[in-house]
This record gives sequence, structure tokens and C-alpha cells, in this order.
Amino acid sequence: MSQPTQYQNWRVETDADQITWLYLDRAGRSTNSISYAVLDELEHILNHLPAARALIITSAKSNGFIAGADIETFTKLNNPAEVASFINKGQSVFKQLAGLSIPTIALIKGFCLGGGLELALSCRYRIAEDSQRTKLGLPEVLLGLHPGWGGSVRLPLLIGGLQAFDLILSGRTVSAKAAAKMGFVDAAVPERHFMQAARYYALKAPVPHKANYLQQITNHALVRPLLAKQMRSQLRQKVSPEHYPAPYAVLDLWEQHGVGDMALALEAESLARIALTDTAKNLIRVFFLQDRLKGLSKGVDFKAKHVHVIGAGTMGGDIAAWCALRGLNVTLQDREPKFIAPAIKRAADLYTKKLKEPRLIQSALDRLMPDLTGTGIHKADVIIEAIYEDLAAKQAVFKNIEAACKADAILATNTSSIPLDEINKALQDPSRLVGIHFFNPVAKMQLVEVVQGQITQQDVINKAIAFVRQIDRLPLPVKSSPGFLVNRVLMPYLMEAMIMLEEGISADAIDQAAVQFGMPMGPIELADTVGLDVCLAVAKNLSKYFGGTVPIRLEHMVKDKALGRKTGQGFYQYKDGKPVRVKNEVGQSTSAEIIDRLILRMLNESVACLREQVVADSDLLDAGMVLGTGFAPFRGGPINYAKARGVENIINQLKQFTEKYGVRFKPDADWNNLK
Amino acid sequence: MSLIKSSYAKPIYIVDGLRSPMLKVKGKPGPFTASDLAVQVCRALLAKQNFTPEQIDEVVTGCVMPSADEANISRVIGLRVGCGKAVPAYTVQRNCASGLQALDNAAQDIASGRYDLVLAGGTEAMSHAPVIYNRRMVSWLVDLNTAKTLAAKAAVLAKFRPSYLAPIWGLIRGLTDPMVGLSMGQTAEIVAHRFHITRQQMDEFAYESHQRLARAFDLGYLQNEITPLYDTAGNYYLEDDGLRRDTSLQKLASLKPYFDKPFGEVTAGNSSQVTDGAAYLILASAEAVKRYKLPVLGRMVDTAWAALEPSEMGLGPAYVAARLLKQQHLKLDDIDYWEINEAFAAQVLGCIAAWQDADYCRKYLGLEGALGKLDLAKLNIDGGAVAIGHPVGASGARITLHLLNILKRKQAKRGIATLCIGGGQGGAVLLENVEGVE
Repeated sequence: MSQPTQYQNWRVETDADQITWLYLDRAGRSTNSISYAVLDELEHILNHLPAARALIITSAKSNGFIAGADIETFTKLNNPAEVASFINKGQSVFKQLAGLSIPTIALIKGFCLGGGLELALSCRYRIAEDSQRTKLGLPEVLLGLHPGWGGSVRLPLLIGGLQAFDLILSGRTVSAKAAAKMGFVDAAVPERHFMQAARYYALKAPVPHKANYLQQITNHALVRPLLAKQMRSQLRQKVSPEHYPAPYAVLDLWEQHGVGDMALALEAESLARIALTDTAKNLIRVFFLQDRLKGLSKGVDFKAKHVHVIGAGTMGGDIAAWCALRGLNVTLQDREPKFIAPAIKRAADLYTKKLKEPRLIQSALDRLMPDLTGTGIHKADVIIEAIYEDLAAKQAVFKNIEAACKADAILATNTSSIPLDEINKALQDPSRLVGIHFFNPVAKMQLVEVVQGQITQQDVINKAIAFVRQIDRLPLPVKSSPGFLVNRVLMPYLMEAMIMLEEGISADAIDQAAVQFGMPMGPIELADTVGLDVCLAVAKNLSKYFGGTVPIRLEHMVKDKALGRKTGQGFYQYKDGKPVRVKNEVGQSTSAEIIDRLILRMLNESVACLREQVVADSDLLDAGMVLGTGFAPFRGGPINYAKARGVENIINQLKQFTEKYGVRFKPDADWNNLK
Repeated sequence: MSLIKSSYAKPIYIVDGLRSPMLKVKGKPGPFTASDLAVQVCRALLAKQNFTPEQIDEVVTGCVMPSADEANISRVIGLRVGCGKAVPAYTVQRNCASGLQALDNAAQDIASGRYDLVLAGGTEAMSHAPVIYNRRMVSWLVDLNTAKTLAAKAAVLAKFRPSYLAPIWGLIRGLTDPMVGLSMGQTAEIVAHRFHITRQQMDEFAYESHQRLARAFDLGYLQNEITPLYDTAGNYYLEDDGLRRDTSLQKLASLKPYFDKPFGEVTAGNSSQVTDGAAYLILASAEAVKRYKLPVLGRMVDTAWAALEPSEMGLGPAYVAARLLKQQHLKLDDIDYWEINEAFAAQVLGCIAAWQDADYCRKYLGLEGALGKLDLAKLNIDGGAVAIGHPVGASGARITLHLLNILKRKQAKRGIATLCIGGGQGGAVLLENVEGVE
């Protein structure tokens, strides 16, 4: 055995069977990702490889294999040449790896994503641990990028273009078993068989996996255009090429150049272009903002075992179901079984969709216990009140809770409109109450506002944040001012849309304009989806504090029980759950004004929130609006958008609108601080 | 009161208990398996306690027909309700008295000093009883699976006969005595014949069972005994759904005999209902009661078992209650309330008749004369299995729990809960209303 060179990020060992083991162990990081240095060292290793029978690449980190290319590297590259150099470096090293004559094996435990999977795809074999935590995929498009180290060529080569682009275009990840079934993992085995499997591939060197005949055909020059057309039209239903160019670019490449060497070079070239787009920059920014929210619970030693939820309505029931899905024991309290039963059904449906395996579904359901008498209160670590919005009723609930709960239980309200400092008056220790405000639908909305009243203990806030992380949601600390952040900023946007409706602009034109801007759903459809009764209640509550008028039409519709999607009639009529749209083309300039009226009111309210310190800084505000409302992610959030467009420009536009439409557009004083 | 002689070396306390509503089998498999039923009952029961599920020492379950996925169903239940990996569990089977058997075993485990706190009861999803391939079908399937060549497989395929598909209904076989070949209903016919129980007496008894159960629900007597069930389709179940509030003597009289056709007297109306359900109790030693400051529902004083001619299995309670009274030096009148499981109205009435028959008591029960006349006002005062249903694994635990609640409600002292057991046995438990540890 030769004396190995010392590397910063890699450990090289050769065992008695003459198998060389490469352990990736990024210096100073808890998670492996591929930086320039990692590539540089790998290149050196491959150039100085000892005579070995086989090469096995694996991770020395316990949390996973490789999370992808180092994203931070991307944020520091400013010009096309630098980006191209990073991408080309990876391509050339992976090409070298793929060209080795000895068997090469990627031994994968935990996540194997993006650049990590591309490295694995450059090996001859891939062995992955068959466990819940193993996830493989090419999620680059979620960051506005696409694979650049051969993923968009080697994956279709292995499993055919159809399945490969299903993964590449959606960014979704799959389990080891699913990957093995598709064909890009050679063996999905439990950890106890890891060594035997690795040795088998290293020493026996079986014939490598090849795409089957049908899969091969998908990569044929005559077939690719047909498939690409199909996939492109599906893609168009989800994202537009103007807003999200990356998936379209990578699909074009495959369509035109297939899976040969030429395609590899062009993949790198295309990514170098894509990586410097605003979309990529903003999506990467959002990614880091998410990381920041995730990190808020760092250092807090709190782990809930039992959650008690009071109120089994849509919110309470779904919060309870989500907590049980995330492994907590949950008691769900309401007055009568008829209120709880629908929540159990929704939970069962959610678990069936998410967990699939009957045993896992069963244990999630077993963890979710209906509770008519509140037996869960005295054992719960976290108690969440989610009853109807009524101060006296909520106060009564908390009085009861405080008398029966554990001394250190977290007492939380899911209120969206009642100030914490009024609810907590019912408590002997009002500093115990914190807001944990979920959004509907709970299972989809990642953001949770953690609301602090004027006297909420910091320790309680920290624990609430840790709890939100524990159930895999993203906590956003906000001050208990009316509407908190998300609803408050969203409401002017919805109200402006309704004002435009009353002016005679069609719902379709308004919604189209918003979608064109990049919102996931137009404001009118959103109002219908949330429920007009809910909208009205929030609007009334907020206008109490911030002025403004509640549209008369909204009041009438609620009175007439036209509540939106749930009743089949709102601003739209609903057929099979889908709005019936009356197409209404408006001119470019009208459309631009619609967008500005909608968005600028949102921006102005955002600035007001910053001035009032509803959130600590503009990054958190952007994170909240992107994750809580889907505010055009590729624009990086309201404040990021405002800054990119130019604060001066926005102030001017607001001033113009003030003259034209009234004082609701009056620029907030704090805009000057953003200049 | 002083401790009387008991088969338990230490006093056994019952702390709390719950049951599910009993759901009548309507042909197809119901919404819950046996472990589902038990889990919903046990987790609600455990949630009420001021100890954690992990602090339970063991789980004992009576179950006659767990599903294929529920081998040692008690272990499945213990894990599903969060007792954790370290709490042992076992399952017992004594046909219709499996639930009582579970309590007896739990009590023995406490009395021996092995454990202090045991979760015990019974569960049954009779609607999930297996339907089995017959033996010829199984042989054919094995032949097919072991045939190596295509030709050999074809040869086996050719041997298939449609009669191979005739299923064996597990429930029907389970309710047929394996030694004498009679259905349980037929054994009830035999008892009725022996003691001249008329069809009208049976129907009147059945009618009363429904009336009493309806009243118990209306007066809220079962509110703290039953925990609702929730299924995954958004339904919930609050009451025993076999209860017929609208039944009448005329309606009962119009039913045809079900087991001995066409001249028998036992009908579906005067028999217990085939039902899904579960009932569980928490048993504790005096030490556990003190340690966790537990309330006491009552004391399980003694348990007895007896066996008799299988074709007269319905008389099991007559045998075993006589034995229990004798070993406790008690008379019939010393017992304030009785629960005799209503497998069949004929069989309960048969037991009462047997106790009044001096000859029978001398010859079969080892008594010197008639045991006495049981006042029907003391028997099954809130109805019985004719109205509630008889999920075989659970009934023993259900009548024990309910009798304890009756003793508390009536501020009475002693009660006996007893069941007849398919195969020709009887089981009985003597319960006593106590406020706490002596």
C-alpha cells in the first residue's frame, strides 16, 4: 500500500482487496457539496490513482452522500467566464472518472442530489441504501439552473429521455428503490448489505446497466422532437419560459443534440448562460433565505412529543394531521365527534398520498387521537388553539388550558386576526402565549408565522420556532400587529383587485395580469379559493386598524352565500372545481397598469411593515411573502423586486397612482430608507 | 372488609376501562380490524391516565379470530398505542370468554408479584373472520407452484375443478362445535328444550334487553364507558348499532328460527348479534394504585372456570357461578347485580331455570339443593348481548367493565359477571365495589 497524499476534502484508502476507497468529507462543513476545491482534488486523485482493481466513491458524512454543487460558489461567480470555468472543471473531472477502465462505484446513503448524482452517474455502478432517507434527483431547476455536469446526458442515456426528463424538469427526488426500478441505481440494498454489494460490483464487475430497447428509442433523433413537444406543453402548464428559462433550455438541448459528447459540451455552455440570469440569482437567494429560516431554531433545545390541538376545523384538523404525520403524538379536541370525523378523513387522505405504505399510514393515524374531553391537555408539550375567531371564546379556552396543562407547555394560538395581547389577558401568566399561525392548506404551505405579543417570553418564542422546525415547516418570527405579515401585505393586493372589478375590469384580465407577473394564482381566484367569508373577515379586521373600505360587493356576496370555490360560486363560477373563465383580452398598457396597481399596493404595505418592524428585516419579509403567498419566487420577494426595479421608479409610480386613484397609493415614508 | 379467600394471592384493583360502540356485522368486512378497534379504545383509555403508556407492565388481549396480519394481536396493539418496544404482550383464546381470560391472566400476573400495572381486555372483528381456501384448492395451488416445466404446469392447470373454489367461512366454522358438530344456536335449542323455555319467554327476554339498553343510553349510563370510533371515510360511531329501539314482541315473534329450521325456537332476534368491538381495562396492584395515585373502580375478587357437556355449553354460567359462590361462601342473594352474557336468551333463561331445579343442582352443580331464584331486576339491568352484540373476544371484558360501573352507580357491593363458552365451558368473575386500596 502506498502512502496516500493528504487532501482537504477527500480521504483515499486502498484495502486488502486492492479496492481504492474515496471518501468525500468536505472540510469545515456538515454536509458534502461539490466546490471548485473538491473537483480540483478529485482530479489530482484520479491522476495519481494507485494501481487498483476498483474505485469506490462514498461519503464520510453521516447525513448523506452529496447535496449537489456548492451553491455558494455560484453566488460568488459574476461573469460568464468564471461560471464556465467552474462548470467545465466539473465536466472534465467527471469525464475522466467515467473513462476509467477499472470498475467505479458510487456508494450512496442519504441524499444524492444535483452535482452529487451527476458524479454518481459518471461511475459505472451505483449502489444506494434502501431507506427512507435516501433521495436521488436532479433538482437544479428549482434553483433556476439545470444540470451542467453531464446529468442531462448521462441520465437519459441510462434510463431513456422520458423518465430522465420527468426528473430533470420537475426537480423531484426519488427513493433508492424507485431509482433502481428506473435503472439508474444498480442495487438498492439495506445498509447491512452495503459492503457485500460494494465488493460484488468491485470484484465481479458485472455487465453495466443499459437502457432497455424502449428507453433507447426515446433518445433517437426522430423520436426526441415528438417527446420534447409533449413535455414542453406539460411544462408550459406549470411555468412560463420567460420566468423560468432553465427547464426549457435543457429540454431544447436534449431535443437537438441527444445524448452524445456534443450534448455534454453544450450543456455546460447553456448552464453558464442560465446561471447568471436574474431568475437563477433570485431563486438561489430564496434558497438561502429558506436556509436562514431553518437556522432560526439552532441552539434551542426543545423537542415536543405530544401536541394538543383545540378546534378540529379546516385549520385545526389539518394542523393536527400534519403534526401526526411528522411523528408527534397528537390529541385533537372538539366538542362533538361530528366536528372531528371530517378531520380524520382528511388526515387519512393526506397520509395515503404522502406515505403510501399501509403500515406507515396506520401508525400516523394511530398517533392522531380524537379527544372530546381534553384529556390531552395535561400531557401535551405544545397546545395550539384553532377555534373560530372570537376573543371571549379564545380567552375561555386558554383559561381552561392554563389550569390543566404542564407548567412548561407551550401555549399557542393560531389566530390570524386577534391581537395576542388581548387573548393573553385571560392567562395568569400572559407572557406564555405565542402565536403559531399556519396557512391554508397546511400540508402545502411551508411558512408558519411565529407571532410574539408585547410581553411574550423570548424562551417561549424560541421553543415555538423549534417546534415549527420539528414539524418541518419554516418559521417566520413576526410581531403581533394586525394581520401579522402575510395577510396584511396580501390584503391590499386583494382589495385593489376587487376595486378594479368594481371599476369594470374583468376578473380574467386581472388574474391574467397577476399570473403574467409571476403570481401562482390571480387575486380574484385566490380570494375565491381562500373563501370570501374569510376574506371579508380579514378585510374588516384590517380596515379597523389601517383604514380603507371593504368592497360592498364582497359583503353582498358573503350575505348571499356565494363564498367562492367551496360553494361553487364566488367571483367565478366553479365547474368540477375549476373556475369558468370568460376570456377577456386587454391591451398591453392596461395589463401593465393592472399589474402595477396590484403589486405596488403590496410593495407599499411591505415597506409599512418594515417601518413598523413587523419582521426584523427585508430579507425575512421577502422570505415570508415568497413562501407564504407564492409571490413570484423568481423575482426574489417584494423588497428585492422593488430594489431591482428602482425605488425612485416605484415612488414615482405610487405618486402618479395617488393622483389618479387616491390616497391608498400614498408612498410610505420608509421608502426613503430603501434608496 | 376483610380479604376473603381468593385465587389471587394479592388484591387486584381495576382502575379504569373503556369500550367501543359495538358494530353489528352487515356482511362485508367492517371499517375496523380487531387491532384497529383495540387501538382506538386503548389510546383513549391510556390518554386519561396520569401514567404514560410506557409505564404499563404488559398488555394481555383476548381475541378469537385475529386477522392474518395480527399474529399475537396483543403485541400489535401494545406497539400501536405507544406502550413502546419494551412492554411485553400476549394473546389468549378461550372462545366467548377470551376477554375474561385476559383479565384473569392479567390478575394472575399481578397477584404473582410479576407486574403491577396491566392493560387487559378483548377485541374482535367478527366481520373480518377469514374466508379460507379448501384443502383441495390449497393442494392444487402447491402443485401449480412446484411444477417446474411449462408442460407440468399445464398438466396441473388441467386438473382444476370449480369445486376447489368453494370457500370455508371461518365465522361459521368458528361458531360450530368441533366435537359435537352442532352450531352454537343448536346448543341453545338443546338447553331450551331441556328446561322448557318457550319461544315467547325468549322473545320477551330479548325485547327487554333492547329496552334496557335504550334506556341506559338515554340516561347517559354509557357515556363514560364508551369511546367513539372514527373511520377513515369521515364516519363516526357513538352507539351500539345493533340496538333496535323500535323492536316489539310482535316483530320478534314474526322471525323464523335461524339454526334449527323449520321447527326451532331460537331466532336471530333472541340471539346475540355477530358484532365487531373491543373493551379494555387497567388492572393494578395496591402498590401501583398508591404509586400513581389511581382512582379505583373496583376489585376483582376471584375468578372461576368450569366445563360441561359441549352440546349444552349455554349452561356454563350455571356451573361456574355456582362454583364461584361456593368457593367464596356466598349465597345467590349476596350478589347485588349480575351480568350473564346473553349469547342466547334461551341459554340465560336456561341457567336461571337450572338454579331453581333442586335435582339439577344436586346432580350437576354439586349443591345440596336448588341455588335459588335470580331476580331478573338484578340481571343485565342495562341490557345485554342480544341488543349490544357479542364480539366474542371482547364480551368478557365488556360485562366486567359494565358491572363495575353498575356497582358504582348503584352504590352496591358485589357483582358477578359470567359467560357461557363455546365448547362447553363457563367463566365467572366476582367483583366488589371498593373506593380505594384497603
